[in-house]
Amino acid sequence: MGELNKLKVIGTPVPKHDGKIRASGKAVYGHDIKLKDMLYGAILRTEHPCATIEKIDISKALKLKGVECIITAKDIDVNNIGYKRDHPILKSNEVNCERDEIAAVAAQTKEIAIKALQLIKVKYKVKKGIFDPFEALDLNSPKINSFNSGKFDNKNIAEVFKYSHGNIEEEKSKSKVHIKRRFTLPRVTHACLGTSNISAQYDKISGKLLLYSSTQVPFLYQRDMAHALKMNPSDIRVIQPVIGGGFGSKLDMYPFEPICALLSIKTGKPVQIIYSRKEEFLASPTRQPMIIDISCGADKNGSFTYRDIKIIKDNGAYTSWGATTPFVIMQAFSSLYKVAACNFEATAVYTNNVFAGSFRGYGNPQATFALERMIDLLADELKMSKSEIRLKNANFKGEITGQGLHYDTCGHKECLETVINKSNFNKSTKKSKEGRYKKGIGLASMLHVGGGAKIYRSDGCGTTVKIDPYGYCTVISGSNEIGQGSETVLAMIASEELGISLEKIKIINTDTDIKPWDVGVHASRTSFVAGNSLLGAINLLKIKLNKKAKELLDSKNDDFNYENGCIIDNTEDKSINLDKVVREMHFSEPNELAIASYFYEPSSQFQDKEFKGNVSGSYAFASQAIEVEVDTYTGNVNILNVYVAQDVGKVLNPLLLDGQIHGGILQGIGYAVSEEMIYKNGILQNPNFHNYKLLTASDIPQIHFFPIETNDKQGPYGAKGVGEAPLIPTAAAIANAVCDALEVEFLELPLTPERVLKAFNNKKKLIHEF
Amino acid sequence: MVKIKGTNKYKISFLLNQTKVEVIVKASAILLDVLREDLNLTGTKPGCNEGECGACTVLINGAAVNSCLYLAVNADGKEITTIEGLVNNESELDPIQNTLIENGAVQCGFCTSGMVMSIKSLQNYYISKNKSAKTKIAPTNQEIKKWLEGNLCRCTGYVKIIEAAEKLLTEKV
Ligand code: FES
Ligand code: FES
Repeated sequence: MGELNKLKVIGTPVPKHDGKIRASGKAVYGHDIKLKDMLYGAILRTEHPCATIEKIDISKALKLKGVECIITAKDIDVNNIGYKRDHPILKSNEVNCERDEIAAVAAQTKEIAIKALQLIKVKYKVKKGIFDPFEALDLNSPKINSFNSGKFDNKNIAEVFKYSHGNIEEEKSKSKVHIKRRFTLPRVTHACLGTSNISAQYDKISGKLLLYSSTQVPFLYQRDMAHALKMNPSDIRVIQPVIGGGFGSKLDMYPFEPICALLSIKTGKPVQIIYSRKEEFLASPTRQPMIIDISCGADKNGSFTYRDIKIIKDNGAYTSWGATTPFVIMQAFSSLYKVAACNFEATAVYTNNVFAGSFRGYGNPQATFALERMIDLLADELKMSKSEIRLKNANFKGEITGQGLHYDTCGHKECLETVINKSNFNKSTKKSKEGRYKKGIGLASMLHVGGGAKIYRSDGCGTTVKIDPYGYCTVISGSNEIGQGSETVLAMIASEELGISLEKIKIINTDTDIKPWDVGVHASRTSFVAGNSLLGAINLLKIKLNKKAKELLDSKNDDFNYENGCIIDNTEDKSINLDKVVREMHFSEPNELAIASYFYEPSSQFQDKEFKGNVSGSYAFASQAIEVEVDTYTGNVNILNVYVAQDVGKVLNPLLLDGQIHGGILQGIGYAVSEEMIYKNGILQNPNFHNYKLLTASDIPQIHFFPIETNDKQGPYGAKGVGEAPLIPTAAAIANAVCDALEVEFLELPLTPERVLKAFNNKKKLIHEF
Repeated sequence: MVKIKGTNKYKISFLLNQTKVEVIVKASAILLDVLREDLNLTGTKPGCNEGECGACTVLINGAAVNSCLYLAVNADGKEITTIEGLVNNESELDPIQNTLIENGAVQCGFCTSGMVMSIKSLQNYYISKNKSAKTKIAPTNQEIKKWLEGNLCRCTGYVKIIEAAEKLLTEKV
């Protein structure tokens, strides 16, 4: 690795590697794929969130001209899918949520496919659904998912996570203050601008299936698909077209994907399924809605003593990877700020709601909201300042938390101090009692994995790097790009280390037949893990290149520099062009390739049964101080300033980093004030951008970003993962700010004008009554 | 525009990215689909097909329009510019595109075509406004934000897009 003080490319604002392709409309997204003789697939979904299917009649639809194939559950021989294999691809006996798939059509045009769906007649026996997880837990309630393995006492429990450290009772007795609350977090969705899509091409002669899929975990996906279709994974090739936004939504495989493959297998023709926006709203996974019961305490000096947490998560009708969010949630509760004792239990409960999946932050925005609200309440109770209590309990370098996380580097305190100073947090506490507009300021921090997360057997990534006889470099990375900019970071690393200019670097990362294994894009891991993997491959390649250079330059030296397309022997002031060295490697004895491969596995541990262990290669911290102005006539919350300090380890690319910060914060603001999927008896009431409020260009606050560099020795050049962090503390800080402005309390999100007004008016009424 | 006998189809012609084209479309055909399906110009993106996201924005006679809400037959005789038409000589990007890239305003890129076209329309608007004015004026930050309200982006948080647009429009109107 180049010496840190001499970096030429790393740390500079390099624009996106394939920016020109994307900005000129030339990038090929899944929506743009056209294959010869391609058919269009469409899916019939249930009309009722909870019902028994009595009859499916496809006869009329089959007769429609242009329809080539219709499948229902009885036409396919497949396995269930999902993290717990509790999800049938097409439903045969019962439907359990609004998005349930009953039949699928492949037709010559989209219009015909949609028309055919309308001709399929399904007879249902409608049942009363269960939409409240507490009702589902009632022992008299019927079993919702009949495939639930029944591992737990209650038939509607999908998963339970329990964790504890320290002695709660002892800590309780030491505490001066105790607070207890229940928080309710809403269901929100990713709303990627490019809707879900897939194109499948099955070749009957070779028996091979080619999928153009926007999955973010291609190798796990290949295996899941093979299991679903009862195929050999290696007969399935996954190619990733350009992806129109991910944010965690593509971590699981969903029924529409094997459905599309099955339509192609049946017809022998390529089939494409693209969701409409409405379908995207009602049939994509969502963030986990949850009810968090928390009690916690602090001693008279303000030191946090204990946290006792019970969470009920609405799993929906099926179980996705999202059911494992408690891995991350418990980290926030056990290890964000020092805390002597922690008891944690999270239960995922089946309901007849749509099933929840994973979403940027993976449970952490919910946890951080609850925790940071509680910290404000503790401070109030102790009459301590909200900044002081946080600084007092902040995490520190060298800390090993109750859960066994090792903070080799830790910028928590510095993050807090930075935003407290920059926002003038301690000075801006004077409230204007009168007047329509009231200002407030809120503070919140977050902890997230910053060096991958070992929740799968390997958290590794493979890379092959080669240099061609013209001095161009190809990086074949197991990791992939979902818009976050990982390709650019990889190209920068290759450029830095090999002294090859950025235009001469090509990244190949979209094809499972070519690229080496990688666990996928999640847990903010890509720059960290794929970056380290590339550095490992380059080191191996340099051993070969150095040997040849030494021979050609007739050097005594073993140490060479790579700059401007040359290999340089500094001590003897000699140099040779890189491309020449490669040609000599290829064409002269002993004739070898300028190529090397490396598999990087982070040093993190798999956690034990009690969820203890150092699960990540490094940990990221961030704090945000957010200033709001609340209109007490309309209830509107105007976000004025967001001060954000984030421990990024090392800034690899300030331009792309800004983009992650801004984008994350805006998603966080949406979570705080405007986004909510509204359901009535399991049916989504706002499946469109008109009624599901994404923020627009007019809604952006001033964002003041201060990167904190802690140079983690595990990370590439010291960097940590950055992708998820910016949205995690945002809603918490905003809620704290609104509570500060109005001197009220909120127990749920989002803080819509309606909720804000109600809280404010209730308070006025209370004051009146006293 | 000519109705094709015995069908509900029309032959329409318009100027597409400076080149005259003729297509036969159904009366109900939507411009976005005609561009993407019949004319193979997939740079214009379908984000919602209901006029809410702006990903499908094209210029019709210089002004930004959601092509997902625009009947193709209404394009007859008009001048249409898509994202593909902003690239000069098929290789040189428009300054708007370059400025967005240089400012880190492109992430997944799905909104980018629409953003570029909306910014272009604002630029056109100011260029024509400035023609008759004594002193040149550029749109304010507030105006830019208002103008781009119809273009959703889920990745960037808009900050870099607005910065890029402001930088460009202060120089090039
Ligand atoms: S696709 Fe036209 S506005 Fe969304
Ligand atoms: S860059 Fe992804 S939606 Fe704007």
